[in-house]
Amino acid sequence: MSDILALAPRFGSNSGQSLTRRDGVAKVTGTATFAADNHPDGLLYAVYVPATIARGTVTHLDVAAAKAHPGVVEVITPENRPPLAGDPDSKPFMFAFRFEALQNNTVRYANQPIALVLAETFEAATEGARLLNPLYDAQQPRMGLDGDAPFTPESGGLGLPGTTVHGDIDAGHAASAQDIDVTYETPEQYHNAMETHAVVAQWNGDHVTLDIPSQAIVMQRGAFGYYFGIPPENVTIRSPYLGGGFGSKAIINGPQILAILAARMTGRPVKLMLSRDQMFGPSGHRGATRQRLRIGIDTDHRMTVLDHNSLATTSTFDTFVESAANASQGLYAAGALRSAHQGVRIDAGTPGPVRAPGEAPGSAALECAMDEMAYKAGIDPLEFRLKNYAETEPGTGKPYSSKALRDCYAQGAARFGWAGRPLAPRQMTDENGMLVGWGMGTALFAAPMFAAQARAVLRPDGTGLVETAASDMGQGAWTALAQIAADSLGLPMDRIEFRSGTSDLPDAGIAGGSAHTATAGGALHAAGTDAIRRLAELATGDPDSPLYGAGNAGVIARDGRLHARDDDTRSESFADIITRAGGAEVEGKGSASRTAEASAAHAMYSHGAVFAEVKVDPDLFQIRVTRLVGAFAAGRIINPKLTESQLMGGMIWGISFALHEEARFDQRTGRIMNADLAGYHIPVNADVSGLEVITVHEDDPHVNPLGIKGVGEIGITGTVGAIGNAIWHATGTRVRHFPIRIPDLLTGA
Amino acid sequence: MSKKMQITLTVNGETQELLAEPRELLIYVLRERLNITGPHVGCETSHCGACTVTMDGKSVKSCTVFAAQANGAEITTIEGIGSPDSLHVLQNAFREHHGLQCGFCTPGMITRATKLLEDNPNPTEEDVRFGMAGNLCRCTGYQNIVKSVLAAATELSAAKEAAE
Repeated sequence: MSDILALAPRFGSNSGQSLTRRDGVAKVTGTATFAADNHPDGLLYAVYVPATIARGTVTHLDVAAAKAHPGVVEVITPENRPPLAGDPDSKPFMFAFRFEALQNNTVRYANQPIALVLAETFEAATEGARLLNPLYDAQQPRMGLDGDAPFTPESGGLGLPGTTVHGDIDAGHAASAQDIDVTYETPEQYHNAMETHAVVAQWNGDHVTLDIPSQAIVMQRGAFGYYFGIPPENVTIRSPYLGGGFGSKAIINGPQILAILAARMTGRPVKLMLSRDQMFGPSGHRGATRQRLRIGIDTDHRMTVLDHNSLATTSTFDTFVESAANASQGLYAAGALRSAHQGVRIDAGTPGPVRAPGEAPGSAALECAMDEMAYKAGIDPLEFRLKNYAETEPGTGKPYSSKALRDCYAQGAARFGWAGRPLAPRQMTDENGMLVGWGMGTALFAAPMFAAQARAVLRPDGTGLVETAASDMGQGAWTALAQIAADSLGLPMDRIEFRSGTSDLPDAGIAGGSAHTATAGGALHAAGTDAIRRLAELATGDPDSPLYGAGNAGVIARDGRLHARDDDTRSESFADIITRAGGAEVEGKGSASRTAEASAAHAMYSHGAVFAEVKVDPDLFQIRVTRLVGAFAAGRIINPKLTESQLMGGMIWGISFALHEEARFDQRTGRIMNADLAGYHIPVNADVSGLEVITVHEDDPHVNPLGIKGVGEIGITGTVGAIGNAIWHATGTRVRHFPIRIPDLLTGA
Repeated sequence: MSKKMQITLTVNGETQELLAEPRELLIYVLRERLNITGPHVGCETSHCGACTVTMDGKSVKSCTVFAAQANGAEITTIEGIGSPDSLHVLQNAFREHHGLQCGFCTPGMITRATKLLEDNPNPTEEDVRFGMAGNLCRCTGYQNIVKSVLAAATELSAAKEAAE
């Protein structure tokens, strides 16, 4: 590896630069094509009918009324639904969830599809859907964290351990001089990407083309192929831009399958666009959690035990238990550590990964509990965290691949002005008499890698082509990945063509886990390096080249030329080398993944520290976050502009989690009462001010060859707790659930 | 369904005559019938602003305007504000200052911002934050959106002064 890496020593001439995003012009002019912007000839519109009960069966649909409506072409119900090759209730591959595709008349949750109407216009399809007027045999739904008896799942999240114990928990409790035992609750939350799920499906024989936002472009070919009985190569997925994903667009859902099926059934292209309220049902969400945290400390304020138990809601028919308690693994040096999960089955859709799955609610509870423990011990919350700073991964003892968390604490605290904060709450007011509080939290997010492939081609004209089927959900893959690719080829950005976003390209892996830049970028780098190696062979083996005899490792690629490493004046352009060799393109291939040995050798995380100031009206208890400073260390930063934007976005999700977001279920009907953006609150421009991000320098020689960690999700962690702690510090009222609202503070007043 | 009606819209300077059903919303007429797909549908309840267009000099959420209500109106969408070859100052500011992530809300954001700056050419940061409060960004790029609008305001004011 070292020899190959040595071929691209100029890594950094494009990378590390705050380049303006390459998709910017398309996005500011409205010319970026999102899935629902496609409009093939002969298009039919599909609208699905959502169940208005949460548990029971559909007993009647007025199909005749719907079909009689002008423009309605077809109504699909369980009675006439064509067969699928794959069972929607099977789990045949990784990331497969059970879903509803009209396989029967059972209703498992509100808003699941119970019929699909196809019409010549969107309006006719919508009206046809209304005219179906379903009748039900409804049963009392099981709702909430106490809706059924808890069970112990085999795993948390997607394949994480259900329970992890390090050390002797009982001994840890026994050894404590002081302790706390607190319980926090977090609500159901829905992804609500601005772009709702949409698909335009067109069949040509047994080949289907899908315009669909996808966080796993190549992988989903196989998944769709499975349900339709066609090989993966017969599925073309075009997903150049996603209007946000946050986890929901990595997983196949029932309405998409029905629209694709409808296109095959009718022989016409079909467009399906979910309405906003339909985003609260079949496309996943974050389950509610109830987390009990017990922390014990010795007389020196060192943690003897960190015992984190989480109960989370999941569905009656599939299992995804938010891995909240895992947030306590990997961070604080407790003598004994336990993360344990339980689930409760309720009549809601199956939860799934939502931006910072597990870590977001887990960190919220953990960081507040840490604050409670620090206050009880009478020490500053930052000092308490430093006292329990883990030099190696707690429990496993593994060294960290890198960990600049101390720098994050120091730089964040300095920027915020943390020093001198009074320990006791309700000590500070501003010039208008507002109660002022300061709180902090540690941010932590694992730095995984998936598997990806890429291809790089050097052309006779000296330009490069690089390819991988990456997903740009907004994070800036079109830009950051191109920067990596350009560097690996030793070419300036304007001399490479970057193809991405379609399934006929090499697999870039899943865009999730904050690992896409590391994974897809790693593959692109490897491909570029391979192409340069082949080019170097051509040059150094050719007596007519000025580089003849230099040896592969003896040249470097820079600005479209190969240079002899020991004599910079000896060089030749890519174009000349390729032309003299006969003009054939030089192709390189690359892949990236993490070996089991590498995973075993180091603990790999991004880290950060978040400091929050809130102001609370002493009479009305309105809460405003007035300052938020986050300092993060995430390995090599490819594009600071993109990175800071991702981190700020995550922190605003933290504000949202702390103060705004919550799906409210009607306990009698099982329907969500605020399934729209009127009642499901997220921050607006006016809710955000005083936000600052610091990226802390961090070199990581172990995490992957490029030293890249992730930044897409970590911003939520730490932030929620910091805001909760600041609210307590302002008011003296400790609220142990999220979101924190005015009535919560009135109670304590 | 009642009778279709003849309506006339002037969209980005072009006159469009069409027969519209009373139930048709302006956003779907723009997107599905006129193939003007810059404005997006995000909520259908007026809350997210992805569908924002300017109608007779006002910012409106075109997901909650019937096409019939827009009869005779002048409508400007993001496509009428600038093009890839000729970016409006605001479009360039959003690009340059990274006032976007996924870009789905961006056409509505910029369309709203053009109107905001027309009404208030020298806004404070707070003016922008509240003036853009009807446009949601879930990603969420609020900091850079505000930065972009303020930068564009400065540039537009300077250009205006220079011209005077």
